[in-house]
Amino acid sequence: MQRRAITVSGIVQAVGFRPFVYSLATKLRLVGFVQNRSGVVYIEAEGNDTALDQFAEQLRCQAPGLSRIDDLTWQSIPIVNDAGFRMIDSDRAELAQVFVSPDVATCLDCRRELFDPADRRYRYPFLNCTQCGPRLTIIHRAPYDRVNTTMAAFEMCAACRAEYERPTDRRFHAQPIACPDCGPTLQLLDEMAMPLDEADPLESFVAEIKQGNIGALKGIGGYHLVCQAGDDAVVNRLRQRKCREQKPFAVMVRDWTQAAKWCVIDEAELQLLQSSRRPIVCLRKRVCLRRRKDVAGISDAVAPGNAFLGVMLPYSPLHELLLDRVGDEPLVMTSGNRSDEPIAYEDADAAVRLRGIADRFLIHNRPIHVRCDDSVTHIIAGRESPIRRSRGDAPMPIKLPFDCSQPMLAVGGQLKNVFALGSGSNAFLSHHIGDLNHLSAVDTFQRDVGMYEQLFGITPRVIVHDLHPDYASTRYAIERAERDATLAFAVQHHHSHLASCMAEHGIDGEVIGVIFDGSGYGNDGTIWGGEFLIGGYRSFRRAAYLRPIRLPGGDKATKEPWRVALSYLTMAECDVEGWLSEIDTVIRPRVVSVVQQMIDRGFNSPWTSSAGRLFDAVAAIAGVRQTVHFEGQAAIELESLALDVDCEKTYRWNMTNAIDAQDDWHPSLDTRPLIRGVFADAKNQVDKRLIARRFHNSLAAMTVQTCIQLANSASLDRVVLSGGVFMNTLLTTLVAEALEAKGLRVFLHERVPANDGGISLGQLAVAAHHGQC
Amino acid sequence: LGHGSGGKLSADLIQRVFLKELGNDVLSSLEDSATLALGSLEPAVDDARSGPRIAFTTDSFVVKPLFFPGGDIGKLAVFGTVNDLAVVGATPLYLSAAFILEEGFEIELLRRIVISMRHACDQAGVTLVTGDTKVVDRGKGDEVFITTTGIGLHAANHALSIRNARPGDQIIVSGTIGDHGMTIMSTREGIEFETALQSDTAPLNDLTRAMLDACPSIRVMRDPTRGGVSSTLNELATASNVGILLDEASIPVRPEVHSACEMLGLDPMYVANEGKLIVVVAEQDCQSLMKVMKQHPLGRDAAVIGNVTADHAGMVVMRTLVGGQRVVTMLAGEQLPRIC
Ligand SMILES: [Fe+3]
Ligand SMILES: [Mg+2]
Ligand SMILES: [Zn+2]
Ligand SMILES: [Zn+2]
Repeated sequence: MQRRAITVSGIVQAVGFRPFVYSLATKLRLVGFVQNRSGVVYIEAEGNDTALDQFAEQLRCQAPGLSRIDDLTWQSIPIVNDAGFRMIDSDRAELAQVFVSPDVATCLDCRRELFDPADRRYRYPFLNCTQCGPRLTIIHRAPYDRVNTTMAAFEMCAACRAEYERPTDRRFHAQPIACPDCGPTLQLLDEMAMPLDEADPLESFVAEIKQGNIGALKGIGGYHLVCQAGDDAVVNRLRQRKCREQKPFAVMVRDWTQAAKWCVIDEAELQLLQSSRRPIVCLRKRVCLRRRKDVAGISDAVAPGNAFLGVMLPYSPLHELLLDRVGDEPLVMTSGNRSDEPIAYEDADAAVRLRGIADRFLIHNRPIHVRCDDSVTHIIAGRESPIRRSRGDAPMPIKLPFDCSQPMLAVGGQLKNVFALGSGSNAFLSHHIGDLNHLSAVDTFQRDVGMYEQLFGITPRVIVHDLHPDYASTRYAIERAERDATLAFAVQHHHSHLASCMAEHGIDGEVIGVIFDGSGYGNDGTIWGGEFLIGGYRSFRRAAYLRPIRLPGGDKATKEPWRVALSYLTMAECDVEGWLSEIDTVIRPRVVSVVQQMIDRGFNSPWTSSAGRLFDAVAAIAGVRQTVHFEGQAAIELESLALDVDCEKTYRWNMTNAIDAQDDWHPSLDTRPLIRGVFADAKNQVDKRLIARRFHNSLAAMTVQTCIQLANSASLDRVVLSGGVFMNTLLTTLVAEALEAKGLRVFLHERVPANDGGISLGQLAVAAHHGQC
Repeated sequence: LGHGSGGKLSADLIQRVFLKELGNDVLSSLEDSATLALGSLEPAVDDARSGPRIAFTTDSFVVKPLFFPGGDIGKLAVFGTVNDLAVVGATPLYLSAAFILEEGFEIELLRRIVISMRHACDQAGVTLVTGDTKVVDRGKGDEVFITTTGIGLHAANHALSIRNARPGDQIIVSGTIGDHGMTIMSTREGIEFETALQSDTAPLNDLTRAMLDACPSIRVMRDPTRGGVSSTLNELATASNVGILLDEASIPVRPEVHSACEMLGLDPMYVANEGKLIVVVAEQDCQSLMKVMKQHPLGRDAAVIGNVTADHAGMVVMRTLVGGQRVVTMLAGEQLPRIC
């Protein structure tokens, strides 16, 4: 006989942990109690030694799905002889790190109830329990109690309250608990967003969708626009109304077997699709889908020119019901917005912004408080590589390899903005805030920074930002640091990328960082983006980089790859006349001559070593496309083409040594021979797929050769790959495999995006490390 | 670089160095011209001013090239100072001009500049009453720099200030934007466009006089020179602690300026003007003011481009052609790529 005082820390509150402890203890005939205490669960359990050992073991291995045990310690204490096992109220006296759960997809138990005619929540679109349902998106402030969520307005009925209060119920303290008698309800609106009196709003909505109309659906973190994915006409109408010409749409299918009809799915992808995070998973399209226009199901217009299709499974009861009614038909499920604005999530705003796009609105009266886009992810070389970390992920903390000496805020970049709060060894990365050029994203950024600080009880003493003076996040950081008299700390963009990848793997010391992205403000005031860095959290040096070119028109060149191509061709001394007459149809000769003058004179043409722009140039020279409709389009199409063929050939390149302004020697990767090779192939009408493939091979080989040289000269054996270009599965696989074959250890992003959605983690890591020494 | 572009870096330089060391009530108000009450030497008894109120301003001109379609450095030096006086509501009267010449600068070119200044003074109705010339060694200057200082007289019945914008007010621009800056850039860089561009350099005092006579309640007037309309509006939003909402479709831009901006990857909102006004006026006075402006040759293309809001104080926001709302920031310096 023994009594043990057990402390469990980690994510153990508001995830149904206490009821789990209670039933486990009762099952093992233990007496004592369980209580939430300042961020940990405290248990006193009394019984025979075997039962106590079993208890400790099962606490770990049978813990609820949403929980995460970071630490479990115990000690023997004197015996008390309780009458039974009790669950006692939270002790809220002290404050410690609180955690807030991400939104969780409908669990299997709830799903069963949803489709069980005998259940009192049969076909009720807002059922949930402690293991599933909305969390982050409905919370106003800490602590996570019903009064602090958007469910506060709904008074629980007696039946719900009984479940909520019964310790053994699976809805014990399920804050968003609801049922048809007391919870939120659906409402159908017409094309003017005026209420329609419909007995069954869902049924009418489905009927509209099936007739080839466009619906706006209020979801968990925002509004979606919905239509049949197999109907060319409606998909194109949606593109037109949304002012989104070519950027891919995601689809939702009822289950994974439907997804498997259109896409190749491996085990890892299947797990992601079905995980309770329910992200959009980018899956390789089956060839038949791309080749035959007559295949019903998914229109070519859904993701044109793209080898991948973003697919997700239903993640709310409302989705389950919708897909159940629609049947085997895949639905386009795209963010409710116009063009590239942030997604609408407030009812009044959605009504205004989506009027003229949607023919019907299916809404409900549970407000969304925090905008949260769907997460997007994919598998590279068998491992997850997130593209957008948002709903289902945020605000789950990521463990830093060391403690922040003081609480800090890292404000992230300009596009794909994600901010992060650091406290102790926890990095709380926000949901996807998006493009800070937009007012509503800036509003969200400011409001949600404040909300996260309140939620997690973190008051930053250091504010970390990018070096770029014109990022809205940089402005915010500097102004706020001045206002609050805190410290502003700048981290170079690619240093952040490097540190981000290191931090999520918990590695320290010095590594080689291959950072390939679109652009980042360099220490020398030029625009970087094709970087080989050597360093760690403390510092870095720019060990090698792609030979810089002029970027005629700055950001304008990013939207018009032909400009970058012209710049590359000029530098490579190619005879551009022939190519120019080819692109004549798209670009007026007058414009070309102005851009040529800009390149020659360096007017509004900053130097850049960007790897992203190298992809653009190759795509343009190969004739894939001269202008893009969305960021990264040319590179995505180039990858899609390259994936279609097998070929080992490469183009030539040079490694030279260049002297920079500080008189330092740098190996510079001279891409001119490569450009000449692409140019010659394009001229000889070589298959674009082959050109694309050879280019990928070449860039991979250049990268590998450079890494090996640096590894030898600096005696390093670890390489981290970061930056948006490493969302490219082919390049990443080629580079990682070759480096590993050479005996180097390769680290890829697995928890945060390789793109700028991951830089706030790196900013935090660099600043936290700096504060330590 | 950067610090001279009229953007955030220039503003920071002014705040951190000049205002820190020299700041006083008049200087710190950061109006285009200082307003000074010239009373007797005795302290005023009550608030009644015993003498005239004058406007006082100075500006240096370092433009390259010296001569460009639509103007030259001399004309700019006169009109720039005249306009700084005009936009605070004063009637420009007297100018001084100081020249810094690089040794070897051709006398004939100097003469052309000075003649142009004489014409400009005549046109603006001001008198150049004092001046100075210094010569620096070859290589220590760049041909010619001109500094002009101006004095104007305030009428009694208006109180223009960059702090006066109120939610609900309308924002007017007196004509097409970006003409001057794009002309200078293309001439300097030798880049030729299909349609020749021309600077809008002009004296605004006749227009502002007509406007103030018709509508004394105008709240703010500014000439959006360096840093363009966006910098001026951002300064205004900060100083008045209000938001500004612009309507992209209503902003007048000449087609040739628009296409030049497209080609060069520049945003006309950040390009300099030398003969344009930004005006903030109460909504009820907007239409009558617009009528007066449109009757004046320099206000023919005037347009209401947006309004002042209580929301998003300190920020300038543009309703874009597709219906979104984009933040128009004040750049630190040059327009640098941000897409990653
Ligand atoms: Fe980046
Ligand atoms: Mg001036
Ligand atoms: Zn559930
Ligand atoms: Zn109920």
